[in-house]
Amino acid sequence: MKSFVDEVVATPGGENIRACIQCGVCTGSCPVANEMEYPPREIIAMIRAGMRNEVLSSNSMWYCLSCYMCTVRCPRGIKPTEIAHTLECLANQQGFRVKGTRTPAMYRSFVSSIKGNGRVHELGMMFRYYMTTNPLAALKMLPVGLKLFLRHRMPLIPKRVKGKEDLSKLIQKFAEIRGSE
Amino acid sequence: MKNYSYFPGCSSEATAKGLGLSVQAIAKTLDMELIELENWTCCGSTPYGSLSEREAILVAARNLALAEKTGLDMVTPCSSCFVTLYGANLRLKQHPQLMGEVNEALAIINLEYHGEVRVRHLIEVVFNEVTPEVITSKVKRSLNGLKVAPYYGCQMVRPDYGFDDPEFPQSLDILVNSLGGEAVPYPLKNRCCGGSLIISEEGLALGLIRKLLENAVENGAQCIITPCPLCQTNLDAYQSRVNSKFKAHYNLPVLFTSQLIGIALGIDPISLGLNTNIVSPSKMLDYIYKVKQGVESGA
Ligand code: SF4
Ligand code: SF4
Repeated sequence: MKSFVDEVVATPGGENIRACIQCGVCTGSCPVANEMEYPPREIIAMIRAGMRNEVLSSNSMWYCLSCYMCTVRCPRGIKPTEIAHTLECLANQQGFRVKGTRTPAMYRSFVSSIKGNGRVHELGMMFRYYMTTNPLAALKMLPVGLKLFLRHRMPLIPKRVKGKEDLSKLIQKFAEIRGSE
Repeated sequence: MKNYSYFPGCSSEATAKGLGLSVQAIAKTLDMELIELENWTCCGSTPYGSLSEREAILVAARNLALAEKTGLDMVTPCSSCFVTLYGANLRLKQHPQLMGEVNEALAIINLEYHGEVRVRHLIEVVFNEVTPEVITSKVKRSLNGLKVAPYYGCQMVRPDYGFDDPEFPQSLDILVNSLGGEAVPYPLKNRCCGGSLIISEEGLALGLIRKLLENAVENGAQCIITPCPLCQTNLDAYQSRVNSKFKAHYNLPVLFTSQLIGIALGIDPISLGLNTNIVSPSKMLDYIYKVKQGVESGA
């Protein structure tokens, strides 16, 4: 089995991770560093130390807003944003479940909406999200949803997208290709 | 009239309807022919890339392949679609193995991608190709010094895809001024609004949104403009949530850049989707229209 750091290096965007000088510019630039169990600089050190379980079961990457501030500022050309995406993918594929964040459930609802409709249908996506997390929380969001609906910004029925069937075929084929490697 | 392959993005037909409507409304006047990409689907999106990076690139590649067939530049008004499509394009070109796998899959729906599409943000095209000077020459209703906070958000200027400075962007400031408005200093203009975490981590995102509203008000802004559908929805639709959480009284209209351009070009508010904005822009519209009237009646 590949070491954890090699696994990350092999993913698109993870290439440069060994060049990190632990300067902390990424953490200092991150608007959500305080919310993370381990802020970006620390996560990178932990990946290099091979701390797979600690990293993949942490909430850090799920708090990343993809604001790319760390990425444009890193003096070593490392892309902590892409690394966060990579860690999310690895945690998701390897079945890590993270407590204290609903972001993975939200992303899953989002992706199943895309797979089902070809495009995102917000209402369907929100419905699925609240049903799988906390149905009562949906009540709190009703006023915002209603405002959007009244301003014609929340269609009830997903638009029929012609590319939808092609998209399903494509995704299935890609899984076969990658699975047979 | 120049032709472009137009990729609207999911939200410009739904939560960001004002974006879709206003872009269509201003395009003709700015000599842009936006030809909607046939059979487009979701761009590939950040949430998708956070669960399955390669599959998200595949979804993007299908759209890129469709655009490549048109031979035109691919233009999107959505900052998030822009980053996804541009980033996927870059990855595919840098990773021949990935490109090979993607093409093997694309073959099943009779598509092929060669990596030749130029992905562009609508604002970049407006800025670099239409140019602020030409826009000024087309202004029918000057904004009369309306004070505007230009909010870039993250995805238009970051990652550094070369359009504008990622730390001190200027393009929107210059566009506002070219319409007769006044871009106020807005130190937080490129800070994050919380993006889609408004759904899963509402409290966190509301805190970020509050800072953005506060910073705009402090600097005397009569409205905020942004090109991004996520930013607009967060600042506009969730403004009342900020008010209740922080016991505040913000009432600051948040417009799409294209809506503000449309107002100055003399396009009517309904065509620009201004009735879909949640915080009513009527006060700032009164300001623009009344000052103008005052000048006319005084003349
Ligand atoms: S900014 Fe770059 S070099 Fe510095 S700690 Fe972060 S990733 Fe490492
Ligand atoms: S991209 Fe993510 S990790 Fe980087 S600064 Fe923004 S929120 Fe923090």
